[in-house]
Amino acid sequence: MSVKVAQQSIFLDPAPSLASTATVAGPMEGAGPLGSDFDFLYKDQRAGEKSFEAAERKMLLEACSRALEKGSFELDTIEYFLSGDLLNQITVSGYSAAVLGRPFFGLYGACSTLALALSLGSMLVAGGFAANVLAATSSHHSSAERQFRYPTEYGFQRPPQAQWTVTGAAAAVISATGEGPWITAVTTGKVVDLGEQDSFNMGAAMAPAAASTLLRHFEELQRSPDYYDLIVTGDLGAVGSKLLRQLLGRSGYYPEDNLNDCGLMIYNPHLQKIGAGGSGCACSGIVVLGHLWRRMKQGELNKVLVVSTGALHSTTTLAQGETIPAVAHAVALEM
Amino acid sequence: MAAVPDELKVTAEEYRRMVGREKPPPPLLQNALKAFFSGGTICLLGQVIQNIYIAFGFSPEDASNPTVVTVIFFAALFTGLGLFDRLALFAGAGTAVPVTGFSNSLTAAALEFKKEGAVLGIGARIFSLAGSVLLFGVVTAFVVGLISALF
Repeated sequence: MSVKVAQQSIFLDPAPSLASTATVAGPMEGAGPLGSDFDFLYKDQRAGEKSFEAAERKMLLEACSRALEKGSFELDTIEYFLSGDLLNQITVSGYSAAVLGRPFFGLYGACSTLALALSLGSMLVAGGFAANVLAATSSHHSSAERQFRYPTEYGFQRPPQAQWTVTGAAAAVISATGEGPWITAVTTGKVVDLGEQDSFNMGAAMAPAAASTLLRHFEELQRSPDYYDLIVTGDLGAVGSKLLRQLLGRSGYYPEDNLNDCGLMIYNPHLQKIGAGGSGCACSGIVVLGHLWRRMKQGELNKVLVVSTGALHSTTTLAQGETIPAVAHAVALEM
Repeated sequence: MAAVPDELKVTAEEYRRMVGREKPPPPLLQNALKAFFSGGTICLLGQVIQNIYIAFGFSPEDASNPTVVTVIFFAALFTGLGLFDRLALFAGAGTAVPVTGFSNSLTAAALEFKKEGAVLGIGARIFSLAGSVLLFGVVTAFVVGLISALF
């Protein structure tokens, strides 16, 4: 029996299984240290399509079909498709849902989408509303760059705190049966805004949201950071990760080596010019469902807390002088 | 619109200072040197092009127009080949300040919005980055022209 333990956290019982996952990625992600953990690597950013938007859609559908295939799930056994991305009106997800033809919940949580989709998907399964759901997310460096910053071929110097949007897609089948990893607890984040306005400093805008959700998770579930083998934030990057440690320290939590960030894991910062780290929906998407899922299956990690972080601004609100609100959702995965 | 939950033991003001401490400083000296040498090299090439036009019989004043057009052409070509943004990542103001930056901002926008059609894509959006340069350039030229005509 699932229980809501406090304002923001629930225990899922019976815990749904992350039965099958698949990830696809672009060339830069393939060249990074986790490249061999992704199921398919595209040699070029366009993936043979006419536009970056079409390429991103192709990647999302490829991740979905591979996730189904790897777990031997027929498409018609999927009762809900939950997906979100960064593009206006989440068109990558909507158009992909048209191809899949399953009941669709379109999600917008910016780069927090992975944890958002896993949270809601596991609640649907644990609540008995579905036996299998497909949760997916994607991002593409060039389609995101065009929407949030400048045309892709425009030449400018990126400031050192800027992050690099990950190109790729990730999908997972959440099932009532399976062999784990199990989604055992979910903490849903509140929107936090401490006044950051620099759209090149997303890590700083999102770190307070990650801190808020982590503190609520530790307190409400009576768990210390040591409970987990690894706590990963989504895409705080180098600057945001330092700020997160300082914010946690103010509340008396000092996690050591078991706190990391997907944005710091995905690239090789010394060889790849990616600024302060990776970002985007696919950042936590492919690191968690590709790399960490494998490590859990192999028994190297048993308890992992995923905290995907998202910035909820638009180019319009920023141009009008508003600050950047952010949200973070936490999902506990256990073998 | 600030939203600071109770569990965070920090105020927006304190957090702003924390961010200020952690934000890496831009490498100003390094950027300035790169801009100086890359911008200088572009101007040197421009001078070579101008001298070639002069050698072909243009007067020194008349040679500047075809020179600018040639530099604009090459910047646009490099943008289309996908090389300009990599060059600008290194050069910064070195490519942005000469006419190369203007050419790049037009070509990049045109390439980006090509798929949205010739009229509403390229036509409407080509000046999305360079528009303010044009507007304020024309206004400034008008005001300066007016002042020079009156006095």
